[in-house]
Amino acid sequence: MSDDPIISVRGLRNSFGEHVVHENLDIDVNKGEILGVVGGSGTGKSVLLRSIIGLQEPDVGEISIFGERIDCATAEENLDLRRRWGVLFQNGALFSTLTVAENVQVPIREFYKNIDESLLCEIATFKIVMSGLHGDDAPKYPSELSGGMRKRAALARSLALDPVLLFLDEPTAGLDPIGAASFDNLILELKEALGLTIFLITHDLDTLHTICDRVAVLADRKVIASGTIEELLALDHPWIQEYFNGPRGRAAMAAKG
Amino acid sequence: MSLEADFTELDEGGERVVRFSGRLTIARLGDVPQRLDVLEVRPVRADVSAVDRVDTVGAWILHKLKRDYGAEIVGASDFAERLIRQVTIADDPAKTHHDDESHLRRILQNVGEATIDALSSLKGLLAFFGGLLIATGTVLRHPGRLRLNAVVQRFETVGVSALGIVGLMSFLIGIVIAQQGAVQLRQFGAEVFTINLVGRITTRELGVLMTAIMVAGRSGSAFAAQIGSMKLAEEVDAMRTIGVPPMEALILPRVLATTLLMPLLGFYSTVLMIIGGGLLCWIGLGIPPETFILRLREVVPMTDLWVGLLKAPVFGMIIGLAGCYQGMQVRGNNEEVGQRTTAAVVQAIFLVIVLDAFFAVFFSSVGWG
Repeated sequence: MSDDPIISVRGLRNSFGEHVVHENLDIDVNKGEILGVVGGSGTGKSVLLRSIIGLQEPDVGEISIFGERIDCATAEENLDLRRRWGVLFQNGALFSTLTVAENVQVPIREFYKNIDESLLCEIATFKIVMSGLHGDDAPKYPSELSGGMRKRAALARSLALDPVLLFLDEPTAGLDPIGAASFDNLILELKEALGLTIFLITHDLDTLHTICDRVAVLADRKVIASGTIEELLALDHPWIQEYFNGPRGRAAMAAKG
Repeated sequence: MSLEADFTELDEGGERVVRFSGRLTIARLGDVPQRLDVLEVRPVRADVSAVDRVDTVGAWILHKLKRDYGAEIVGASDFAERLIRQVTIADDPAKTHHDDESHLRRILQNVGEATIDALSSLKGLLAFFGGLLIATGTVLRHPGRLRLNAVVQRFETVGVSALGIVGLMSFLIGIVIAQQGAVQLRQFGAEVFTINLVGRITTRELGVLMTAIMVAGRSGSAFAAQIGSMKLAEEVDAMRTIGVPPMEALILPRVLATTLLMPLLGFYSTVLMIIGGGLLCWIGLGIPPETFILRLREVVPMTDLWVGLLKAPVFGMIIGLAGCYQGMQVRGNNEEVGQRTTAAVVQAIFLVIVLDAFFAVFFSSVGWG
């Protein structure tokens, strides 16, 4: 059971009109790992994420999460799946009319109506602090936060229901290098503490080197390779070589030592 | 064994122990938190060895037991230990909610805030009007900077597309005025004065006023929403950095369009109201159209038309100004766009009616009554 992949995608095909984004795409995410997904712009990283979390219906293909096919799941099973994962959208997608604390409380209120108000406040506060914000930020509105703080607040919301699976869409995009590094550490720390499995889309080579256990490369409409960075480097694919051996790739590798 | 979280209080060697069972997770908590808040005897130990799963919320509850009662937690798995450590670090006594204030105080505060808001909004509108005048001056000195295309485009959305709805509304209002007037005047045998009523009230007041309300609802709101969304998407800032003044590119064409089109729409509306009223006089009172028109020419002085047409551009300017001003005030979130759009319509209609009252006094004192 524990050896089965948490997410398994087989033969996925996605298209928008004439434009085919994915064709015969396979990908697995194993329990307890951080899988980084990379690929050039327009290779459909976000579309892949949206297919897995059910926001985009694929043309064909099987997607299983926790061993259950999501396309065959009933509405109730789907809801149950949703409690077990958290999603951090690229721009946070915080509800702009709610405070940070209220944002974190939304999923809890939705699923667990029996939790009383004072405990709800406490839960929201410690989740917010756990995500690297200050307790004083809880009553603030998203528009009062900086980009990095907004990401942390969104992370707090995605952790609200203690998910076992976390989807992160470019978590460090738009952060300064210091902020990005500390966000990487935060993800790693939370993953260790909460026993998370993480599906991570990123362009950040430092993130790939520091926190990802495995990296999957999206190109030519499918996952052309996946494995540790060392394994990928051994492959002779021009895009992979350019990606990891370009000036930025080498700098990131050197930084890791 | 039940999955629901539960606990029992025991005495072990004179020490009070809380023994948990089931799953200490958010889904299985039940009434455990409430019961823990009102423990009568301070526990020395919390035994969680019988608990089969803990999540962060469960860890938080254990942490509170430790923090509030000083209880020692025993029998926790490695994972539970780690979670408890994590939430202990994350315990920040900051408040998520503001203190509740007294009722009276809150009412007073609301009244005060509303007053300040209203005054500062009026002041802001005046400042905005000033800015617009400066922009107009600049454009007058450099006529090449007038965005003629934008103005003409607004003409279509503000004027031409409004013809249908304004016409229908006016026609129906004309019928209603004539009908209501006829019913009342019939009691004095003075039905023929329905023509005076319809002719004078529509040219002086209702034609322009009703059009203003319609334009405020159609175009004023649209201005606020358009400019508000552009503001949120930082398009307005982008314009400024490129060197395109938003006053000239966004606001002047819109205000110009409403100012120039209000007299036209108002006149059109007046004509349709008179047609509606005339139709009712013909069908309901048996006054033939020729008589209606002849009588209209006798009883409606030319000054009535001037009164209506002089007010129209002022109302148009107010509507455009309020719409653009509220749009430019949008900042922060999407809900603000909605609020500002509402504010634009309310402010525009309110100011139009206030000004209308001033105009009434003014025109009657210059002898155009």
